[in-house]
Amino acid sequence: MPDQNPHDDAEFCVPVSSVNDIVTARMQGRVLAEQLGFSSGEATLVATAISELARNIVQYASNGDIVVRSITNGTKRGIVVVARDRGPGIGDLKLAVRSGYSTSGGLGLGLPGVRRIVDDFQIVSDRQAGTTVTVTKWRS
Amino acid sequence: MSVPILKQAQYLIATIQSALSDEDLLALQTALVEKVGKYRSRGVIVDVTALDVLDSFASRTLRDIAHIIRLRGAETVIVGVQPEVAFAMVQLGITLEKVSTALDLEEGLAYLDKRLQHARAEH
Amino acid sequence: MKSMLEREVSRGDDVSTAELLRELVEHLRQHRTELREEWARRITEAKVLTAMTDAEIFAEATSVYDNYVAALETGTFEALQTYSRNLSERIIPRGVETHEVVGIVLLLRDVLARSLFAKYQTDFQVLNRILDAYEPAANRIANTVAVGFVQERERIIRQQQEAIRELSTPVLQVRERLLILPIIGVIDPQRARQLTEQLLHGIRANRARVVVIDITGVAAMDSHVANHLVQTVEASRLLGATVIVTGLSPEIAQTLVKIGVDLGKMNTVGDLQGGIEEAERLLGYKVVPTQEVQSQISAYREES
Repeated sequence: MPDQNPHDDAEFCVPVSSVNDIVTARMQGRVLAEQLGFSSGEATLVATAISELARNIVQYASNGDIVVRSITNGTKRGIVVVARDRGPGIGDLKLAVRSGYSTSGGLGLGLPGVRRIVDDFQIVSDRQAGTTVTVTKWRS
Repeated sequence: MSVPILKQAQYLIATIQSALSDEDLLALQTALVEKVGKYRSRGVIVDVTALDVLDSFASRTLRDIAHIIRLRGAETVIVGVQPEVAFAMVQLGITLEKVSTALDLEEGLAYLDKRLQHARAEH
Repeated sequence: MKSMLEREVSRGDDVSTAELLRELVEHLRQHRTELREEWARRITEAKVLTAMTDAEIFAEATSVYDNYVAALETGTFEALQTYSRNLSERIIPRGVETHEVVGIVLLLRDVLARSLFAKYQTDFQVLNRILDAYEPAANRIANTVAVGFVQERERIIRQQQEAIRELSTPVLQVRERLLILPIIGVIDPQRARQLTEQLLHGIRANRARVVVIDITGVAAMDSHVANHLVQTVEASRLLGATVIVTGLSPEIAQTLVKIGVDLGKMNTVGDLQGGIEEAERLLGYKVVPTQEVQSQISAYREES
């Protein structure tokens, strides 16, 4: 598959307010990942991470958006996913991200899982501004 | 888009199409429960070959489906999980624990046959 | 006839580096054809780029020359780096090596420097200023090209290693529905990921129902890789395969327990042979112990 011109910075934004947007966001994410030369397996990881992050927005914040863009660092090429919402925020960030944490009923935020499949994971969250999760995955 | 459900002897086979929405999954759950009751099915196969992403919601729903179907006296087997999807799932920590899995439709049917044989032998 | 800049310098006027570079770029462009030929000649003389024909060298020389001069003119090197990588991508498969590339760029630097000497030799002051402007830029160019080449080389080597890994699949099918994955040596996270992917694809391709993962040959396992092993077992199960882990050393067993694995739940057998027998049992193959076979044969012989 021809690689995308590294000087093009591809980006898309999907507003997320219903469960249907989850599918939209992850499908577009997969397409972009494959365009950037990610393998099929890696693209699946990207799509799955987007799915989890988008689902969190729908479930806990009712609306927000997912921005996905390509990124270059020297010879490395990658993809950045930013999941933003203006929801109630996450109380204990350390706990939410630590392996094994889950809220009642096994309905965890899935953040430890997302963290495992990406190369870089950042999260900012408070009651006023909501939550922003930024993850990066580099193409191997 | 609703999921087609086929009746094959004493089994039901549900073949999931790609781009499955949350609603579709829940509708599938309802439809399967209804049909298991109607046909007195002994086994249900859910074929996820076409699914390119199996996230935590889908996993939970499949587990719920298996649980409810079991309460109705039937066994559920999930078949067709793609290698890449399986890989993503375990990395994410999503398991389909307590749910039987098989490689594909053929294996799934063979599995159900064997289970039913054992069940009969025990009686 | 002296140029305006030469007169300015002679007068002692303040002349910027940019103006100096413009002046020498003008000269290099004017004398492009002859300088390029001179350079190509010196490349052949030095017996570098032996993997390429003269015609090929000349063709590439033109674009290298132009890119070189453009970099001098603009003072920016991104375009040059991109060009260098593209060029490298073309010539590396031909067998060109790093020292050859560095060599020819330095040759060009020298050919151009000599040309500047020749032009400005009558005025030492001008020559000095010109060289002061030229040298750092020329060295930066040589560096940029060399780095671009090395980066591209590394990328290609990585690609080749990847391809080799893909080819040498360690997943063995010994019986119908039975796969063996012997893991040997030190496993880094990338290799672990690859092995898992290969195993999962192997399970699907061979329609395996049982997989024996033998880790006898694995010296030590950190928690990352141990986690990976557990994930591999779980992922295999999602594809309907049962996994038997064999060759678990006490150290590795400890690592697994430490990361929270319930060894009681994991199907483990002492050694590979035992694991294969267990696998055959699970698959419904009747396994007759060797001793029994021997006594059966003896009994048969006695009868006849």
